[in-house]
Amino acid sequence: MVGFVLVSHSRTLAEGAKELGLMMAPEVPVEAAGGLPDGGMGTDYQRIAEAIDKVAEVSDGILVIMDMGSSCMTTEMVLEDRGDALPKAVMVDCPFVEGTVAAMVSAAMGDSLETVKKAAEDAAGEKKF
Amino acid sequence: MTDSAKVLELLGKMKAAIDENAQFLTDLDAAIGDNDHGINMARGFKKVEEDLPGLSGKDVGAILKKVGMDLVSTVGGSSGPLYGTAFMKAGAKAAGKNEIGMDDFIAMMEEAIGGVQMRGKAVKGEKTMLDSMIPALDAMKEAAGAGKAAGDVLKAGVAAAEDGVEYTKGIIATKGRASYLGERSIGHQDPGATSFLVLLKAIAEEY
Ligand SMILES: Nc1ncnc2c1ncn2[C@@H]1O[C@H](COP(=O)(O)OP(=O)(O)OP(=O)(O)O)[C@@H](O)[C@H]1O
Ligand SMILES: [Mg+2]
Repeated sequence: MVGFVLVSHSRTLAEGAKELGLMMAPEVPVEAAGGLPDGGMGTDYQRIAEAIDKVAEVSDGILVIMDMGSSCMTTEMVLEDRGDALPKAVMVDCPFVEGTVAAMVSAAMGDSLETVKKAAEDAAGEKKF
Repeated sequence: MTDSAKVLELLGKMKAAIDENAQFLTDLDAAIGDNDHGINMARGFKKVEEDLPGLSGKDVGAILKKVGMDLVSTVGGSSGPLYGTAFMKAGAKAAGKNEIGMDDFIAMMEEAIGGVQMRGKAVKGEKTMLDSMIPALDAMKEAAGAGKAAGDVLKAGVAAAEDGVEYTKGIIATKGRASYLGERSIGHQDPGATSFLVLLKAIAEEY
């Protein structure tokens, strides 16, 4: 099953998005990597790397969802340093919350990493009302 | 020529300059960002300073690579991966060297700036650190090409970086957090362009 790493400047936002995803897809592996070690706002290389390693142990592909700015750049560096270790980990550009929920539901149904990634991307075009 | 020991000394000076300007950089970021640029840079250079003693005897490339890794892993904001990549790229260019001259420094800056562009996908004119970096590099190339001494080359770089910082006041941010402000970012100087000026000045003062 595809697993997830949620990268945010905010610990509570990452945890909250994880919680929302698990409501509909409780069996999907997901790690929240939010905030700095001191509890402040920001993105932490080490935290992201550890979350990816953890999810790697229990998934066959990892989708990494980021909020903005350094979340994307730091994740990119973690993935570059990881090289092409398996399972494969990819970043997706999508709305943080909606993309997480849509993609976790897709993963719960056993979809491939590619399909799960597409589900996250498609969330950008969804109208809420 | 600048040897490894001098590079370590320069990094200490850069750390001191960042500390001295931390509040100023954070205040600039409060106006068009999230109020943390000075805090971020100071956190990064604190780690760099802690690691300096362990780097004595290493070549310039190894020193700068470690500095880059420290910044990536401790800064916590966009300036972390950006300056981190810059120092790592500069370090890769200086791999194995125990001494560098102005031509090396210029080649390292060129690599560093390429790294910032690769990481942040910005170009000149988007109100980022590149707006002081690129003019500084161009001015240094020109001064070095005209046969000027190292001190004067660095002075030319600092003057161009100052103009670059000034230029960021008049333009709209289209990258980074300030881009959320759109036109309202006009009138404010970019924090990252300013921190680059602070760093370059700290080096220039030593020559
Ligand atoms: N894509 C980019 N390319 C080049 N420079 C950038 C880019 N994004 C931001 N910057 C620079 O980084 C500076 C802000 O650094 P700071 O340490 O405050 O990070 P931040 O914007 O708070 O990070 P985050 O992305 O985590 O919110 C800006 O003033 C700008 O010069
Ligand atoms: Mg900031």
